[in-house]
Amino acid sequence: MSLIACKNASFGYEGNAVIGNLDFEINPGDYLCIVGENGSGKSTLIKGLLGLKTAVGGNVFISKEFCLNQTGYLPQQTAAQKDFPASVYEAVISGRLGQRGFLPFYSRKDKYAAQENMRSLNIWDLRNKCYAELSGGQQRRTLLARALCAAGKLLLLDEPASGLDPTATREMYGLIKTLNAGGMSIIMVSHDINAALKCASHILHLQKCGAAQNLNCQNTQAFFGKTQDYIKSSVAADFTGGKIYD
Amino acid sequence: MIDTLSEMFSYAFIVRAFIVGLLISLCSSLLGVSLVLKRYSMIGDGLSHVGFGALAVAAALSAAPLSVAVPAVVVAAFVLLRISENTKIKGDAAIALISTSSLAIGVAVVSLTTGMNTDVCNYMFGSILAMSKSDVNLSAALAVCVLILFVVFYNKIFAVTFDETFARATGVKTGIYNMLIAFLTAITIALGMRMMGALLISSLIIFPALTAMRVFKKFKSVTICAAIISVICFFAGIVCSYLYATPAGASVVIINIAAFLLFSAAGFARRRFRSKTFFKRGQI
Ligand SMILES: Nc1ncnc2c1ncn2[C@@H]1O[C@H](COP(=O)(O)OP(=O)(O)OP(=O)(O)O)[C@@H](O)[C@H]1O
Ligand SMILES: [Mg+2]
Repeated sequence: MSLIACKNASFGYEGNAVIGNLDFEINPGDYLCIVGENGSGKSTLIKGLLGLKTAVGGNVFISKEFCLNQTGYLPQQTAAQKDFPASVYEAVISGRLGQRGFLPFYSRKDKYAAQENMRSLNIWDLRNKCYAELSGGQQRRTLLARALCAAGKLLLLDEPASGLDPTATREMYGLIKTLNAGGMSIIMVSHDINAALKCASHILHLQKCGAAQNLNCQNTQAFFGKTQDYIKSSVAADFTGGKIYD
Repeated sequence: MIDTLSEMFSYAFIVRAFIVGLLISLCSSLLGVSLVLKRYSMIGDGLSHVGFGALAVAAALSAAPLSVAVPAVVVAAFVLLRISENTKIKGDAAIALISTSSLAIGVAVVSLTTGMNTDVCNYMFGSILAMSKSDVNLSAALAVCVLILFVVFYNKIFAVTFDETFARATGVKTGIYNMLIAFLTAITIALGMRMMGALLISSLIIFPALTAMRVFKKFKSVTICAAIISVICFFAGIVCSYLYATPAGASVVIINIAAFLLFSAAGFARRRFRSKTFFKRGQI
């Protein structure tokens, strides 16, 4: 039983597809990495899978097991404004809300989960600081902790490593690997191709479409399959310039 | 001072106005935090003009004012939400659109029927005498409902205000909570405008939130502080209005301005103080 399956699906903005003819399948426990150059539509695909954008064409099958309130999401950018009065703790624990349904207040379990995630991302000491007054990387960690709070079965991460220092990046990949080993499905967008190849079980490579002004793009899926197969493919060789370390 | 207060509260109409006003200030300051942060500051202004139009129509039909105004304002709030969600018209433009339209309709209706009398003037600038006993009961009941709903859905309101996209992506029904905020705001404004006046009710929404944000940096502290500021300013404003025979609405707003200036100064001093100590430590 697959978690998500796209059959000939396309996603885009205002009826205009920027990614087209996607065919792939994600099973529970998979670790999928989405790679591709800037503007190839990786973030658009993530939003499409989350239902923030409806598919322009084709079919997207989403299993009953994949319910949004068991899903964590780290956006590439947030609209959260400058000057917003919210503490790190308030921002992180708000990730638990989806799982609460209509229940109004946080339980002890929610508070514990928030604390655990803040500790594992080294932001526990910052919990009472104002989110808007943190550095870029600290904000990123806060949003990552929030995504972890929300993730029950599936975690979607859009460039989780951007803005993190090397130690934090390493720890973050380790953390995600552990979660995946514990049974959580991961979908991650990353430009760090070596890390992607090391961690992921599957790779989805998107390419830019040739059409003028990105109008009604078709066939933008360059590769989908197991990581071992990707390493051997010509797509990977072109994308990395033939330099794959392991 | 005690004498003045006891004299003041010996008038039944003042006590009534006071209770309702206190509840309205509390509701509007709590909702205001979310509205200001969602860039909906002017919603109070817009909806109170709708309320003005509705009250003018109610007067023309000689219907009970609140029974026309509350539904009209609630409908307007939903329409506003829909417009700014689904079309390219931005929130502020949508508010201006609805506000000026209903003001025009209200003025037209007034001049066709009763003419610009004191009643209409009261709608514009507010009057504590405008509250009848049944108004007070209805207002108090609705205001208590607004308060309870706000407390129960506080966490959701935070999530929808802080990052709506994330909330939606993780399965929070943001549409419902946005509607809830619009609904609570509409009721608060319809109730408050009779007392504060269509022109001043939006200040009850904006001022306490902005004032609290000068000093506090957490959503919870800002919310609690805004509620306290709003209640204190309302109390002080009503007392001033009694002492100097000024209009209730205007007096409350002036006290709110004073509080805003005070908190701005406090926030500024705090930042200054912090950077100074940092500088000294740096020099040693
Ligand atoms: N809001 C929008 N409206 C219209 N077009 C958009 C919008 N956002 C993105 N696009 C277009 O969709 C295409 C894919 O954008 P997307 O953000 O998904 O790229 P990406 O693969 O995530 O790139 P990056 O690696 O830079 O994050 C781009 O060509 C972009 O111009
Ligand atoms: Mg992107």
